[in-house]
Amino acid sequence: MMRFLKLFLPLVLLTSGFAQDWIKTGTGLGVEKVRLAVPDFSAAGQDPKNAELLKVFNETLWNDLENAGIFDMVSKSFYPLGQVGTPADVKFESWSAAPPSAAMLAFGNLGASGNGMTVQGWLYDVKNVTSPQVLGKQYQDAATTDAARTTAHKFADEIIFRLGGGVAGIAESKIYFVSNRSGHKEVWAMDYDGANQHAVTHLNSISLSPRVSTDGSRVAFSSLTKSGWEILMYSLDLSRLVTFPRFGGTNLSPAWSSDGTKLAFSSSRSGDPEIYVVDSSGANLKRITSFKGPDVSPAWNRKTGAQIAWVSGRTGLPQVYTMEADGTNAQRLTDQGYAVSPAWSPNGQFLVVSWMRKYGPGAPGAQDIYIMDIASKQWVQLTHDGGRNDFPYWSPDNRHIIFQSSRAGSLQIWTMLADGTNQKQLTFAGSNTQPNWSWK
Amino acid sequence: MQRRLRFTMLVFALGAIMMLGACKKKVAPPPPPPPPPPAAPTASLTANPNTVEKGQSTTLTWQTSNATDASIDGIGAVQPNGSQSVTPADSTTYTLTAKGAGGTQQATARVTVTSPAPPTQPSATEEELFSQTVKDIYFDYDKSDLNADQQSSMQGDVEFLKQHPNIAFTVEGHCDERGSTEYNLALGDSRANSVRNALVQGGITADHVKTISYGKEKPFCTESNEQCWQQNRRGHFVYQK
Repeated sequence: MMRFLKLFLPLVLLTSGFAQDWIKTGTGLGVEKVRLAVPDFSAAGQDPKNAELLKVFNETLWNDLENAGIFDMVSKSFYPLGQVGTPADVKFESWSAAPPSAAMLAFGNLGASGNGMTVQGWLYDVKNVTSPQVLGKQYQDAATTDAARTTAHKFADEIIFRLGGGVAGIAESKIYFVSNRSGHKEVWAMDYDGANQHAVTHLNSISLSPRVSTDGSRVAFSSLTKSGWEILMYSLDLSRLVTFPRFGGTNLSPAWSSDGTKLAFSSSRSGDPEIYVVDSSGANLKRITSFKGPDVSPAWNRKTGAQIAWVSGRTGLPQVYTMEADGTNAQRLTDQGYAVSPAWSPNGQFLVVSWMRKYGPGAPGAQDIYIMDIASKQWVQLTHDGGRNDFPYWSPDNRHIIFQSSRAGSLQIWTMLADGTNQKQLTFAGSNTQPNWSWK
Repeated sequence: MQRRLRFTMLVFALGAIMMLGACKKKVAPPPPPPPPPPAAPTASLTANPNTVEKGQSTTLTWQTSNATDASIDGIGAVQPNGSQSVTPADSTTYTLTAKGAGGTQQATARVTVTSPAPPTQPSATEEELFSQTVKDIYFDYDKSDLNADQQSSMQGDVEFLKQHPNIAFTVEGHCDERGSTEYNLALGDSRANSVRNALVQGGITADHVKTISYGKEKPFCTESNEQCWQQNRRGHFVYQK
């Protein structure tokens, strides 16, 4: 809360009409950060696999809780001595008093047996000695590091859901993106923390702008086919392309509506790139813009499904606009420079965009990620670290933003909290671009 | 009767022997006739075909008669009658020599070796003409309308493509590296369509003009400076075989 206030307060003072309540409800970060202690889970039993599984589990759980952005993680150097594997091991006083001064304690144990693995985890309110248990969970899975990682994600999401104002965690969410690691730009997928990176398509062409469907079963993307750029549809359930109409012209940047029934995309089938809306089946194609100049990169209002933000070059350099989903009431949001790649927050209040605010000869502005309050058109710059930063996209919990940046020398995928803090690089091999976060 | 006949024949025979012996002694024998002169050899040689492209073979066929030996220059001794495949590197006159008691006879066959014909399909010429004549159209930054300084290139392109209506081609829209992937693909599409519209206005059938945008996916030049960016902002004509 304080950090967020510090970031936005100067703006409040500088600009009138900047609604105070935006800061509070903002990106969902406006809850007090809970001081959380997470001692390493202990081994249950003597299985030789325990050590390796525990290493993966403990690292993953810590990272998930730290990444969540809603906890003040108590440094492990403050922890009292001794393992905390079961409720009997918890000495409340030693956790609630300084130096840990923890409000919450997540602990448990993991034991492999044969091919199976059992994880027990608890979340304790250590200041409530009489009734401390907030959460108690037991998980059974295979004794593999993948399962240990998945189990840690599940337990982290339970904790985040309980302590994060009822917003589901994102530790089990996926990122779809474009990578050229195979020599061609293909659609790839990874876990939200960068683990488990793997190719989804193998088309040996150029595939761009992957967008996963709301139910997570399909990925729509744009690919260079024999008949030009078309929207293709890949079924993650069937692991193959499924039928979707070819519209002719150059078809780009598909975007799912939040109810999963429609896609918006850009098509030049009429000779000029315009925004179209079509049923997710491919039927009922409808054009909703008609201005000369490129219209591309639509993004639905994820809360209402009633508006679309998009990029238009109708006045020259591309700018971000919003309109009703039927094409009426077009409003320009950015006032200058080169603004592209809008993404609407799940709560409907914000857009993130990639913006070179000062653009042109003599103004070598950086391309940075900005967050914009749609109602007031006020904005805050989130990246300041150089490079070209583009294709921001929101996490399902409204608290994180994923984007591509060239700051490390090549184009790679990074995440950050929605206030711009905690920026982390997730990909390292090849060139990785256009990240898209799953809907849950 | 029989005895008498036998006796008569005997007498006659004896008489004849005596007479013959008397004659031999009296008449000089005629000179023996000269042996007939040996026949002159004959030879013939043909090459089929008698014109080949370099590297191809032809078949020599020959017949001789009255020859004791036969040879062909460059091949050596051969059977009196035969055929053989040869692959001369250059045009060659083959000479068959047939020798016999009756003399020597020669026959020749000429094989003409031609250089392989240069690939003279009209498309190759058209392709060369295309690449020599048709000029790419360059654009200003973030612009997709035709700049005035590109009009002469555009007119030249229209003239050439009108004169060669059978040439199939694609106009590719390209952009520089700045800005977003998606916007640049849309911009590249607008650039390709601008060129297409100008071609159609110049009288070229719309269906004949294929367009594709590459945005910034396939740059001609990868440095980050204006000179390079200008190279990448273009409508690029590609000949379709």
